[in-house]
Amino acid sequence: MLKQFLDRFSWVDFFMRLLQVAAVIVIIVGIFNSLGATKYTSGQWVTLVFAGLAQGSIYALIALGYTLVYGILLMINFAHGDVYMAGAFTAVFLANSLAASGFLGAQPVISVLLLILLAASVSMVLNVVVERVAYRPLRGAPRLVPLITAIGASFTIEYTFRGLYGAEFQSYPIIPALDGQFLTLAGFEIPWTQIVVLVAAILLMVSLYFFIERTKIGKAMRAVSEDKEVARLMGIDVDKTIMITFAVGGALAGAAGVFNGIFRPQGVFFFMGFIPGIKAFTAAVLGGIGNIPGAMVGGLFLGVFEAIGPNLILEGLGIPAVNQLRDAFAFTILVLILIFRPQGIFGERLAEKKA
Amino acid sequence: MSKRLFAVFAALMIVGLILTACGPKAPAFECTDAIGCLDVAPDEPVHLAYMLTISGATAFLGEDSKGAIEIAIDDRDGKILGHDIVLTGEDSGCSAEGGQTAATKVASDPTIVGVIGTNCSSAATAAIDTISSAGLVMISSSNTAPALTIEGQTWKPGYYRVCHTDLFQGAVAAEFAYNELGARTTATIHDGSPYADQLQAVYAKRFIELGGEVTFAGAVNIGDTDMRTVLTTVAADGPDVLYFPIFEPEGDFIVAQSSEIAGLENTTLMGADGLLADSFPENAGPNSVGMYLSGPYVVGEAYEAFLAKWDAKFGGVPPSGFHAFAYDGTNIILDAVEAVAVVDEDGTLHIGRQALRDSMSSLSNYDGLTGALDCTDKDFGVVGISHGDCATGGALGIFELGQAELDGNWPPPAIYTPGE
Repeated sequence: MLKQFLDRFSWVDFFMRLLQVAAVIVIIVGIFNSLGATKYTSGQWVTLVFAGLAQGSIYALIALGYTLVYGILLMINFAHGDVYMAGAFTAVFLANSLAASGFLGAQPVISVLLLILLAASVSMVLNVVVERVAYRPLRGAPRLVPLITAIGASFTIEYTFRGLYGAEFQSYPIIPALDGQFLTLAGFEIPWTQIVVLVAAILLMVSLYFFIERTKIGKAMRAVSEDKEVARLMGIDVDKTIMITFAVGGALAGAAGVFNGIFRPQGVFFFMGFIPGIKAFTAAVLGGIGNIPGAMVGGLFLGVFEAIGPNLILEGLGIPAVNQLRDAFAFTILVLILIFRPQGIFGERLAEKKA
Repeated sequence: MSKRLFAVFAALMIVGLILTACGPKAPAFECTDAIGCLDVAPDEPVHLAYMLTISGATAFLGEDSKGAIEIAIDDRDGKILGHDIVLTGEDSGCSAEGGQTAATKVASDPTIVGVIGTNCSSAATAAIDTISSAGLVMISSSNTAPALTIEGQTWKPGYYRVCHTDLFQGAVAAEFAYNELGARTTATIHDGSPYADQLQAVYAKRFIELGGEVTFAGAVNIGDTDMRTVLTTVAADGPDVLYFPIFEPEGDFIVAQSSEIAGLENTTLMGADGLLADSFPENAGPNSVGMYLSGPYVVGEAYEAFLAKWDAKFGGVPPSGFHAFAYDGTNIILDAVEAVAVVDEDGTLHIGRQALRDSMSSLSNYDGLTGALDCTDKDFGVVGISHGDCATGGALGIFELGQAELDGNWPPPAIYTPGE
C-alpha cells in the first residue's frame, strides 16, 4: 500500500496540489476578511457586480471571435482586438453626428441599431480582409507563422486607423433616454446602460449559438472545425466557410465596440483594442478555447471577477492600492483556473484530439 | 619630393597669414563664456525651439502654448537685433520617452539658442539632463512638479519655468476645499506621473495642516478605463472632496463613473490644471456640472489685449490655461538674448550660453502677463532651494464647471483666488 503510494508519488503533483489548496485558502481568507470588515455596503457590491457583468459581456463578444477562429484554424487571431477598435472608432463619428442632429435623442433604438450596423460591417469587412491578405496565403505554413503575421496585422490596423481618424481621444455621446436612469431591483439601483448592454450581448450570443447549431452554414463550420480534409471531401467549400467564420467574429467584435461606447463612452482611440483584446483572449482560454459557450461564460466570469476581486479578495488580505492590481488579479485568476482545469472551464481535451 | 611639398605648405601658410592680417581691422570676438558661445551670422536667423505635446490626448496643452509663442514672436515683428526669429519644434508628448527623444533632437542642433517647453513634468524630467548638458536654456509654460526646480532633486542648470509650481497649486486647492467648501475629509487619486503624485501630496499635506483628514490616497494606472473599483474604495469612507489631479481620459472616466457608485452622492469632485481643457466637460459628461478645477488664472489689460491677438490670429479662445506663461517665457528668453548678445559691426551676434543663463537667473521684477516674475534663487525652507522658478504663485484660481461649460462655454468662471 505504502509502496504503491510512494511509486505514484511525484513532487510536481504534490506541489500543484499544495498550490491549489493554498490558493483556495488565500481566496477564502480574503473574502472572509473583506466581508467581515463591512467596509462596503451591499449596494456597492451590486454596483460592482453589474458593472462587471456589462464589462464581461463585452469581453465575451470579443472572445467569441478568438474562439471561433481557433476552433476552425487552431490559430490565435491577435489582430482581433484591433478589429474591435475599428468598429468602435468608426461608429463614434456617426454617433456624434446623430447626437448633434438630435436623432439620437428622438430615436434612440434606431440610432443604436444604425451604430451597431455600421460598426459590425466595418469590423466584419476588416476581419475578412485580414483573413484573405494575412492568413489565407499562409494556410499550409507552420503554426507559428500566422501568429507572427497576426501581430503584424494588428499593428497595421492600429496605425492605419490612427492615420485615418487621428490620435485624439473621442467619446461616444450619452444616450439621453438612458442618461442617469437606474433600474431599481430589490432596492438596488443599477444603471440602465449596463442592463441594456448585458441583455443585448446575451441576445447576440444566443443567436450565435443557434446560428452555429441549427443552420446549414453553422453545420459547415462545425464540420470544418472537426476535420478540414474530410469536410472538403463532403463538398464543403472550406475557404468560404473560414471566411464566414471571420465575418461572424468580426461582426460580433464591432457590435461589442458599440456596446462599449454605451457602457463606457470615453477613451475611444486607435489603441483602445489592445487591452480588451488581451482580456477577451484570456476569457476565451478561461472558458476553454474553441468552445463557444465557454467563451461566453469565460467573458462574464472574467468581467465580474476583475470588478469585485480586488476589493473582495485582495483588500481582505491587507494589500494596498488594490485597484491598480486589477489586471494582475485577472491574469492570476487565469493561472489558477488553468492549474485546476488546464482545458478551461468548458474545454474538452481538444488539443490531443486534433493534434 | 618631401622638400618640395614642405615648400608648398610654407608658401600657403605665409599667404594665409598675410590674408588674415589684411582682414577686418576690428578685433575678432573672442568667446570667454564658460560653456561656449552661439554665433549668428548677419544673414542667419535666431533659432528658438519648442518641445510641446502636439499629438495625443494632451495636444490641447501644446496648442495652447505654441499659439502664445507665435504671438510673442509676432509682437516683435519676427525680429530680434535685426535678425529674423525662426521657431521650430518637436513633439515631446506627455511622457518621459517623448521628452527624451525631443531633447536629443533639439540638443543635436547647435543653432538653437533656447527651448520653450515642455508641457508635462514627466517629459521635462527625462529631458532636463540632455538639454542642460547641451548648454541650452529651457523655460516651461506648464511643468508644475515642484522637484523640477529644486536643487538636489531634478533641477539642472538652464531649466526655468514661468508657471506656478504645485507647491502653490496644491495648497490653494486644499485651502479652497477646507475653507470655502467646508470639507473636513478628502480622498486623492493620482496616476503615477510626477505631476499628479507630487500635486496630490502637497494638497494632502496642506489639508491635514488645516485640520482635515485624508481618508484614502490611491492611484490609477494610465490606460485604466474602469474606475469603479477605486471609486468604490473611495466611497466606503464617503469623503467630502475627491481630488484627482490627473489627465484625460482617466479623469473623464472618474467623473463619468462617479454617479454610478453609491456613497459618492455628497462627494465634491475636484481636479487640477491637467483637466483644464475645453474638451473636458464634454468628454466627462453631465457629472462634470458642479465640479471644481484648480489652475492658472490671469487677469489684466495686457492679458485682454493678448486674448484679442489670439482671436485675430487663430479665432476663438486658447484651449487651455497656460498660454500666458508661454508668452512670458518666450519674452524672457528673447529679452535675455537682447541683453547678453555682443553685436559685431556687420551684425553678427555672439551669444554666450552661460551669460544667457546668468541673465535669466538674475531676472527679477519682470513685468509679464502673469504678474511680476522673479527667476532668482529662492529658499523654500524644508523643501529646498529653488532655481529658475519665475512664478510668484499669484496667478492661480479655482474654476467651477457648470451647465454652460457642458454646452461649450470656455473658459469657466473663476470663483476663488488665493488673495481673497
